[in-house]
Amino acid sequence: MSAILIVEQVLNGLQFGVMLFLMAAGLTLIFGVMGLINLAHGSLYMVGAFVAATVAGLTGSFLLALIAAMAAAAMAGAVIEMSVIRRLYHTDHLDQVLATFALILIFSEGTRAIFGSFPLYLDTPALLSGPVTLPLGIEYPRYRLALIAAGLAVALGLWLLIAKTRIGIQIRAGENDREMIAALGVDIRTLYTFVFALGAALAGLAGALVGAIQSVQVGMGEPVLILAFVVIVIGGIGSIKGAFVGALIVGLTDTLGGIFLPELFKLFMEPASATQIGASLSSMAIYLLMAAVLIWRPTGLYGVRA
Amino acid sequence: MTLKGILLSASMIALAGAATAETRIGMITTLSGGGASLGIDVRDGFLLAMEQAGRDDITLIVEDDEQAPDVAVQLADRMIQAEDVDIMTGIIWSNLAMAVVPSVTAQGVFYLSPNAGPSQLAGRGCNPNYFNVAWQNDNLHEAAGAYANSAGYSNSFILAPNYPAGQDALAGYKRFYEGELAGELYTQLGQTDYAAEIAQIRASGADSVFFFLPGGMGISFLRQYGDSGLDIPVIGPAFSFDQNILQAVGADALGVVNTSQWSPDLDNEANAAFVAAYQEAYGRLPSLYASQGFDTANLILSALEVASPADDPDAFREALRAADFVSTRGDFAFGPNHHPIQDIYVREVVQEGDIFTNRLVGVALEDRGDAYAAECQM
Repeated sequence: MSAILIVEQVLNGLQFGVMLFLMAAGLTLIFGVMGLINLAHGSLYMVGAFVAATVAGLTGSFLLALIAAMAAAAMAGAVIEMSVIRRLYHTDHLDQVLATFALILIFSEGTRAIFGSFPLYLDTPALLSGPVTLPLGIEYPRYRLALIAAGLAVALGLWLLIAKTRIGIQIRAGENDREMIAALGVDIRTLYTFVFALGAALAGLAGALVGAIQSVQVGMGEPVLILAFVVIVIGGIGSIKGAFVGALIVGLTDTLGGIFLPELFKLFMEPASATQIGASLSSMAIYLLMAAVLIWRPTGLYGVRA
Repeated sequence: MTLKGILLSASMIALAGAATAETRIGMITTLSGGGASLGIDVRDGFLLAMEQAGRDDITLIVEDDEQAPDVAVQLADRMIQAEDVDIMTGIIWSNLAMAVVPSVTAQGVFYLSPNAGPSQLAGRGCNPNYFNVAWQNDNLHEAAGAYANSAGYSNSFILAPNYPAGQDALAGYKRFYEGELAGELYTQLGQTDYAAEIAQIRASGADSVFFFLPGGMGISFLRQYGDSGLDIPVIGPAFSFDQNILQAVGADALGVVNTSQWSPDLDNEANAAFVAAYQEAYGRLPSLYASQGFDTANLILSALEVASPADDPDAFREALRAADFVSTRGDFAFGPNHHPIQDIYVREVVQEGDIFTNRLVGVALEDRGDAYAAECQM
């Protein structure tokens, strides 16, 4: 196994991880601040991808497409928060799961009705397409490098927002004690809508960014949603820092497991079955990791509540 | 996440009445999600043949399986028990075919596969009521292996999704390919990101890449492969380069060689008429899937001329086995296990105006049956 392969796979893992972070950040914020399990988060990811593909097709501008994707996802998020989610804050988690699952079906079928069943394609911008040669002679797709950079920039921005601004203080206060900040005169309804829209915008951005290397299709959000849940469970529910660390761990484990586990098994068994066992173990790797983390720290790496 | 049971269309084909009993055909195929283009083409090819026949004694029920085995099983049960169908067809994916076909044929219903041809159903699991009108899964991959030898490739990296047809694909390629393997990988069915696989191909030192990734998977792979800067030549079965994939991938696929039992420029009268009628009806070039749907419908129609499956199943089965219809592929016959014996061609991706399509460049295997016929006892 060459060093180049390892470096390339680490980059792939990072890229996957930062995109997972964009999804997980919104999910964990919404759960942390509002105590809501939002299964429809994957639908907002899909909305972002479809809007980006449409706007890019109409205008030819990738940047405009990204902005439109974020705006549309945020708007969709705000609308469902005000119309549906708001009624669920004081209900049981089971009700929330049922209602947000219904939203998934509505979004999926709605999207299918508007755009049809064929996948759409979003082209990577010309400026970022093709490979770039990194030090050590590693060739890597330019667009994926840009994804890593964009993901890290968003993570930094989010940290600044939460740690340094007034609204960030309110969000953190909301996580700790909802009743108290309401009593202190903070408009909790507006804050909730804002947090939900922010989470939705991040999901929409992730959908649009990933849409350019994959295909944009109905149901694309659900596999990512499952991984995002794994991320926030590992990181600790409600913690942005946990979501970031968890996303990188999951991204790297998933990508590197696929190449290292078969090699590991080849050390003590014949190659054909080593490849098979290694491959099946690597698809389980992140769930094993999650189980291990939960045994070690039942609240997740950075979680405070059980 | 799946939405159960969407009745997509129930289409009646009407014309003046004959006195024969009505024949009911159930089609379960993939009409949504990343694999939708395959099912839509099979359905459209099938409908075109039915319309051309213009018979009013055939009822066709079409449903979407969402590429999910559990949905397909439920639909099949409902079609047999509630809709009382005589013939079933339509399934694209081999894992769905494995879930549905054995129980369908065990209940005495005919099943004609317009696409999936898993090795299990060609060998020990063959059944008198099961016919495959497309190919045994291995066939096109065997032809790709044969082509790789003639092109002088000696170190192939091969990959396919981890499901019955994917395993058949790699087995088929290796059956004819004589060189070394630089690597062998199974990916997830429906996978959309191939960065990790592409990195492994780059590191493997391969001189060629053989891949079987039908539908949306192939589009994602080829676009990411093009973006990675790798220039190792790729070969594959027609499934990795069908008409819909080529339109989405564009110039990245130009000049790529692939193997197929059919091509839009295959020179026979039936095919020329089919390609023209399909373009006229749907405004796009047919894919191999469309030709398979068209052939399946014409085979059924030819057998219905002889007998009705409800009144005389034995005569109907004999009529199917005779394959007395004009195929878009030219010569067509069934082997002893009800799988085709046919020529497999080599095609090349070309650009004609704005359209990317395939052109014939040669024959890879002549009169190819399949490797499992000897295991079939019926």
